Amino acid sequence: MNAFEEQDYTQQIDPQLWRKLLRLAARRKWRLFALGFVMILVAGIDAYFPMLNRRAIDEFIIPGVADGLGWFLAQYLALIALQATNVFALISLAGRIEIDIVHDLREVGFRRLQELSLSYYDRTPVGWIMARMTSDAQRLGDTISWGLVDIVWGGTMMLAIGGFMIGMNPRLGLTVLSVMPPLVLVSMYFQKRILESNREVRKTNSRISGAYNEGIMGAKTTKTLVRERANLADFQKLTNRMRTASVRTAVFSGLYLPIVLALGSIGTGLALWAGGASVLLGTITYGTLVAFVGYTVQFFEPVRELARVITELQAAQASAERLMSLIETEPEVTDMPEVTERYGDVFAPRRENWERARGRIEFCGVGFRYKDGEEVLKDFNLVVEPGETLALVGETGSGKSTIVNLACRFYEPTEGRILVDGRDYRERSILWHESHLGYVLQQPHLFSGTIRENIRYGRLDATDAEVEEAARLVNAEHFIARTEKGYESEVGEGGNLLSTGEKQLVSFARAIVANPAFFVFDEATSSVDTESERLIQDAVQKVLEGRTSFIIAHRLSTIRSADRILVIDRGQIVEQGTHRELLALRGKYYHLYTSQFLEEEEQELLIHH
Amino acid sequence: MKTGRLSLLWKFMAGYRRTYLAAILAVAGATLAAYAVPLVVRLTIDSVLGGKPLDLPPFAARLILSVVSMDYAKTNLWVAAIVIIGFTTVGGVFQFFQKKWSAVASERTAQNMRETLYDHLQHLSYEYHVKAETGDLIQRSTSDVETVRKFVAIQLVEVGRAVVLLGTAYPLLFTIHVPLALLSLPIVVVIFIFSMVFFSRVQAAFTKSDESEGRLSTVLQENLTGVRVVRAFARQQHEEEKFAERNREFRDLTWRLIRVFATYWCSSDILAMTHMCVTLLAGTWFAIRGELSVGDIVVFISVEGMILWPVRQLGRILADMGKASVSLGRIEEVLQQPTEYPLEPGAKPAITGRVEFRDVHFSYGDDREILKGISFVAEPGMTVAILGPTGSGKSSLVQLLSRLYDYTAGSITIDGVELREIDKKWIRSHIGFVLQEPFLYAKTVKENIGLARRSAQDTDVFEAARDAAIHDVIERFDKGYETLVGERGVTLSGGQKQRVAIARALITGNPILVFDDSLSAVDTETDVAIRRALLKRAKGATTFIISHRVTTLSSADLILVLDDGEIVQAGTHEELMGQEGLYRRVWGIQNSLEDDLEKELNSERV
Repeated sequence: MNAFEEQDYTQQIDPQLWRKLLRLAARRKWRLFALGFVMILVAGIDAYFPMLNRRAIDEFIIPGVADGLGWFLAQYLALIALQATNVFALISLAGRIEIDIVHDLREVGFRRLQELSLSYYDRTPVGWIMARMTSDAQRLGDTISWGLVDIVWGGTMMLAIGGFMIGMNPRLGLTVLSVMPPLVLVSMYFQKRILESNREVRKTNSRISGAYNEGIMGAKTTKTLVRERANLADFQKLTNRMRTASVRTAVFSGLYLPIVLALGSIGTGLALWAGGASVLLGTITYGTLVAFVGYTVQFFEPVRELARVITELQAAQASAERLMSLIETEPEVTDMPEVTERYGDVFAPRRENWERARGRIEFCGVGFRYKDGEEVLKDFNLVVEPGETLALVGETGSGKSTIVNLACRFYEPTEGRILVDGRDYRERSILWHESHLGYVLQQPHLFSGTIRENIRYGRLDATDAEVEEAARLVNAEHFIARTEKGYESEVGEGGNLLSTGEKQLVSFARAIVANPAFFVFDEATSSVDTESERLIQDAVQKVLEGRTSFIIAHRLSTIRSADRILVIDRGQIVEQGTHRELLALRGKYYHLYTSQFLEEEEQELLIHH
Repeated sequence: MKTGRLSLLWKFMAGYRRTYLAAILAVAGATLAAYAVPLVVRLTIDSVLGGKPLDLPPFAARLILSVVSMDYAKTNLWVAAIVIIGFTTVGGVFQFFQKKWSAVASERTAQNMRETLYDHLQHLSYEYHVKAETGDLIQRSTSDVETVRKFVAIQLVEVGRAVVLLGTAYPLLFTIHVPLALLSLPIVVVIFIFSMVFFSRVQAAFTKSDESEGRLSTVLQENLTGVRVVRAFARQQHEEEKFAERNREFRDLTWRLIRVFATYWCSSDILAMTHMCVTLLAGTWFAIRGELSVGDIVVFISVEGMILWPVRQLGRILADMGKASVSLGRIEEVLQQPTEYPLEPGAKPAITGRVEFRDVHFSYGDDREILKGISFVAEPGMTVAILGPTGSGKSSLVQLLSRLYDYTAGSITIDGVELREIDKKWIRSHIGFVLQEPFLYAKTVKENIGLARRSAQDTDVFEAARDAAIHDVIERFDKGYETLVGERGVTLSGGQKQRVAIARALITGNPILVFDDSLSAVDTETDVAIRRALLKRAKGATTFIISHRVTTLSSADLILVLDDGEIVQAGTHEELMGQEGLYRRVWGIQNSLEDDLEKELNSERV
């Protein structure tokens, strides 16, 4: 749910931002010009229709002759044909521009998201990014194209109507147009108020969704606390607010239209009064009078459209700000230009220049602090030989994850260096590093698609045989064989059609297929059933064989099988050695191990009883 | 729309039906007032300026002439202006009240639906919520309600306007000139049918485009949540291609939709403009033959212009109205789920905490019995610990106490009163129940702890938090007790949540406490500290603890060992240690640990 608060809308138009946006839209320059041109035509013709009524009255009805009526009809039909073509062009062009801009914004945004460092993802909720990439992008495309349509149409229409009226009779025209300024002011005022109160409605609405979410997720707790009535009372405050705000919005727009219509009718009245007198004096024709009346009835429309678009631009600006902030975020971990030149970048790697990794990792005086200044690691030193399996143990927040994140180059050290095969890893590209990495998460993540596609994600050119071999190796073939379509079975969104244990096995197979030099395993604490547990343990051993591995370990069997165990506390290695050595120390490891041991054995007894 | 659904909507509108009726009447008023402008213009042009006799029904002509003579009007044209402004203003007032009243009625209806749904959801059974699909329920409570609201606030009103307009415009036009009215009628019908057909056909294209957008979001969502996997396998390029394909697909499908719309509006415009053209030219033709005046033509053009837009919109509105019926159906489905509360209230006896189970059986309504003949007695102030493998029925047993489920056979008495007879809310408000995965509300920490007891003072909250060993943690937050919990505030760890929930249960001072494995995410030392505080604080309370920590179990007054729904062992620590069984084996692990480790070290040394 959108529970996180959106930042508020800015009030001032920010020309710099719009210039940036227009630059983004520059690829569509010709289409935009064409659209503007079409809109001028549309508005011009729309404004011309009352003139046709005038001609019909003055040329045919008043003199009472039908000569030339055929020619008049032909002109009318031609105008219809032209206007119909315009409407087709207008919708096609505006629609095309809209979807193209949305498409481009998403493309640019997605590309940037692929480059951003993981630290960005640690700070930014996925929901926030999703909202930028979906609704904000949509709204921007919408405003740029349809906003242009409305502005050009409204502007041209106002000018054309004004022009026709003054052209027919300057004095009468100016008299009638005197209602225009108050019309504009009233429109600007009301459109602003309507937008503001609409915003309140939307905000309250998203809080109502949040309240439902809480009401449903918390229903069980609510029952035990007998909070039903109190919750409803809380909820009623929200629905009351929602109703008040919605009715207020309706009242504003309900007031606006009658006021505008009444103002317009003053124009009509003026036209009839002054125009009628002129007809009697013979200074204007009946047709002109009718045309004037016609214009006064419709000229509030362009004013309303313009006022609406201008207020909407402000709302769209907030979308633009948020989306641009995403697109303009610079990744914190980047390759130096000379590295990119040799190794290529994320989207165009130059694999021919890549050397094979052996798998030695060395931390030399590594320090790391977060952007807010919090220090997690200080002068950390560690050498991991190729093929060595390293288990990291320690409490939450001890710095284990940071060490692994640094080794993966998800973050870079703020002090010191990390050497891979003897060279600072910043001298090679991020992609090179990542390509030699295998990674299995606590909460395994799969992508929608088949089991085969998910395993192949590890190496896109893996053959079917290799995929199946990997699955066999990690004992995943049994459960795969049991599914209806085997390797072609869909795993669902995020892999949700599989159990946690099955997802784990698929993610191991994926790592095997990738055949990485380094392997990182963030072990799950959540318990799966015993059979899966045994299979997973076995799979872990297969994956670890012959690779430099980092394991954030929770299970005893995993810890015991490591070549070396590091006990981490507050960013320091407090104990290290093999399982036996550390037990003999009877220190921190001994304590951690025994309590974990108890926990597991008890669990074991209760589950397998 | 099905009648059942309509009557549901009718029920939700209770109290505001008249307001709504008034809104519909106001629509009629506003529509009728809108005819004033063309009619006054016609009168002014033809009779005031042109000097023709009034072409009106005799009574109307007499009425107008009794107020103002045509000669006076001719020299004082401001009269016509005032009449136009007056009618427009009256129409505006109608329009305002139509908007306001329909908003009040529809918003009240929506509020009614929201609150009914919310309250109903809260009162659905525990079992329902165990299986509930949150996303779907929220969808029904928000989007579906919104669809129905729009139906009431906009669509019905617009249909009403169209009906009034068509129902009055043509009679008016027919009184002026029958052949011209007849000529324009068929085109209006064609325009209407065209929009109906189009909007019902285009739904499928909309669905396609929506689905494609859904696929696009899925790819994006998966990329974002799986960003570590993407990076670890260096699959940025692959992801970009995947996204680009979806992005393109959505663009192309939407493009197809846009072209369909462009064609529709273009053709519909041709029809509408042709309609106006026919009216003007035929009108001119009749006028030249002397059958129509200039004023008549003004009326025809204005009124036809007024009709066109509502008619063109009608197709879209009618197509959308189908959605409201579907939405009402989805809301009805939720409301038809039975709540867990009977209509008549149950007994409300004084509760001191004596609990007795006699041959209690329980199943979830299928063949499998979860509890098979449970019997035991817990005296007030006793601590009962429950141990057993997963699926042995531990949680079900304690859930029966709070009537989250009801036992299927046997008897449970609380202070001698049969539990089934006791009011659900009454018994729950006397049991401090801590779930294994407790829920914290999006309120401050202080409110979360204090909400179980309305009279709670700050000191009570602090004390409860201290006993639950969470006080120090809370103090360390930037805003202390005023810290917001949840997505908009601090995310608490599982153990912290459990402790806040324990504090919340302790503050009530309830005679019965239940901890459903609710210390599982708390480390052993904190567990001990909490239990020590518990002994002091809730001395008189009958306490049920589900746990697999032996230290927790051993200090209980009564230990129940459950297996497959039956009590296989019951007694104190001493008694159970004297028997062969699960309890002694669990206990044994602790003591054998040292030996095992020694053995392990030695064996590896060999």
